[in-house]
Amino acid sequence: MMPQTQQAATAAEPYITPDGRKIGGVLMDLRNITLRFGGVTAIKDISFNIREGEIRAIIGPNGAGKSSMMNVMSGFYIPQEGEVWFRGEKRPQMRPYKVARLGLARTFQNIALFDGMSVLDNIMTGRLTMMKSSLLEQALWWGRAEAEENRHREQVEKIIDFLEIQNIRKTPVGRLPYGLKKRVELARALAAEPKLLMLDEPMAGMNVEEKEDMSRFILDVNDEFGTTIALIEHDMGVVMDLSDRVVVMDYGRKIGDGTPDEVRNNQEVIDAYLGVAHD
Amino acid sequence: MLYREAGDFKTSYRDDSQTFPLKLDRWGYYAALAVAFLVIPFVITDYWANSVLVPFLIYAIAALGLNILTGYAGQVSLGSGGFMAVGAYASYKLATAFPEISILIHVLLAGGITAVVGVLFGLPSLRIKGFYLAVATLAAQFFLVWLFNKVPWFYNYSASGQITVPERSFLGWIITGPQTSASAKYLVCLGFAVLLAWVARNLTRGTVGRTWMAIRDMDIAAEIIGVNPLTAKMTAFAVSSFFIGVAGALLFSVYLGAAEASETFGINKSFLVLFMVIIGGLGSIFGSFAGAAFLVLLPVFLKNVLVGSLGWPTDLAAHLELMIVGALIVFFLIVEPHGLAQLWRVTKEKLRLWPFPH
Repeated sequence: MMPQTQQAATAAEPYITPDGRKIGGVLMDLRNITLRFGGVTAIKDISFNIREGEIRAIIGPNGAGKSSMMNVMSGFYIPQEGEVWFRGEKRPQMRPYKVARLGLARTFQNIALFDGMSVLDNIMTGRLTMMKSSLLEQALWWGRAEAEENRHREQVEKIIDFLEIQNIRKTPVGRLPYGLKKRVELARALAAEPKLLMLDEPMAGMNVEEKEDMSRFILDVNDEFGTTIALIEHDMGVVMDLSDRVVVMDYGRKIGDGTPDEVRNNQEVIDAYLGVAHD
Repeated sequence: MLYREAGDFKTSYRDDSQTFPLKLDRWGYYAALAVAFLVIPFVITDYWANSVLVPFLIYAIAALGLNILTGYAGQVSLGSGGFMAVGAYASYKLATAFPEISILIHVLLAGGITAVVGVLFGLPSLRIKGFYLAVATLAAQFFLVWLFNKVPWFYNYSASGQITVPERSFLGWIITGPQTSASAKYLVCLGFAVLLAWVARNLTRGTVGRTWMAIRDMDIAAEIIGVNPLTAKMTAFAVSSFFIGVAGALLFSVYLGAAEASETFGINKSFLVLFMVIIGGLGSIFGSFAGAAFLVLLPVFLKNVLVGSLGWPTDLAAHLELMIVGALIVFFLIVEPHGLAQLWRVTKEKLRLWPFPH
């Protein structure tokens, strides 16, 4: 197994982007992924990789299999064929909560926040995997329990400041408007300090200003924390501006992979998006 | 205005996350505790202890337990009566087998045994949800009651099939058996209720509580962010059953003194505790107390009004009482489906702006 890893790492030499960010080796490598639901093949033999520090977009028309791909990456779907390599190791089949502990966090296309909890509690859940105190310590609020709570609260407050949601920290999430919910969901994912942050349509249903805010946050997260980001988005303007490399999917196949400029000029991609005359 | 929420600033996260962030609330709480521990024991009468305060405290513990499971972790249970029976029979077996150990410890141990049983019957929750889980826990209710009736070992082969608590004392005070004074009963139950409410609050404000609520609000998202559904649900079942077991043990040993599984711990008990939680407010510690108070006090209050003040015949009053309680439950659920706790929150929010709401 090791030689293959070496090969993958050497194939991707680190480089510096024009705007001065450092792109490292391969963080996640998806090899020949095929996913079927009964007779329907959602993903057909797709391979691509995500490199450390980059913003990697997955685009494609509706039903192309983008969200399924993200579900494979986060361990929610188990592909029938293919391998997921993460940080140089092949990831065995494991439950999603264990995948999360490897350092993957994500947001959902349809917001998946905990409606009954406050914004602060929602973001604190992002750090659950780092909590060490035992049930008894927590029951008696003794030992590590309180210190841990306050220490993680401090980290969470930094994220709250970063995403500018200080004024709603005690509001129940169910009462928030859509745009803010999306931001809280990003905060929860960030609180986990992930190696790879996956955003499934972070800007769906937003107006221009909210999209601008969200784009700024995504760029800042990548820039300040050096977090690798995988992103599904429909707004082409946003995708082309934000991402370093783009994977294009259509009908479960990969039809393009490369920098935004390469993808934009790819004939197959143009056909998929604009339609093509069949004679 | 004496009571106000503004101007009470916090400078540390510790202060900000305490149970009563407002100074006045805190004082009110300490005052209530002081009255409960230092004043009431000296003025309490048998009537007040036996028909009001002791059952209220015991059911509040049971409601706390069920609230942890249903209100915080979102797992519906109709097995509370059965789990209370486990607590009662466990404390009985322990008290008769090890008479030299304090019964207070037996009560806690009985809670522990109930926790184990609760986890066992909670295992189906990994596969089934909602109504189906309710039916599965209903099976626990019927099975446990049947077990305690069928196996004579549980009631020490007594001829009546009943369990009767032996007389035990703590620091020279008799706390179980027919000789127990009203204040001793009350203080034992109050001690457990305050301690367990504090534990419940600690658990629900920290990591465990967040895992439970995450599972309740959206189990798939919870798993994606790293919550292990198995441990989350099983801790909820364990902690909840512990509380309910302690309540069952207290109900038997301190309050009733004698019990018989199907009489005392029938399906009615399960529903009673569930109603307390729903009326009080799901996912609220205060709500558990409010719901228990509502369902314990209301019948007593109605009886006093109907029979005592209006002079109605007792049998007529007894029937009407049931109807009125039922109607009130429906009324409250229509007015505020999230229970008394929510009603209290809404009232506070309204009063904050009163008399100029705009």
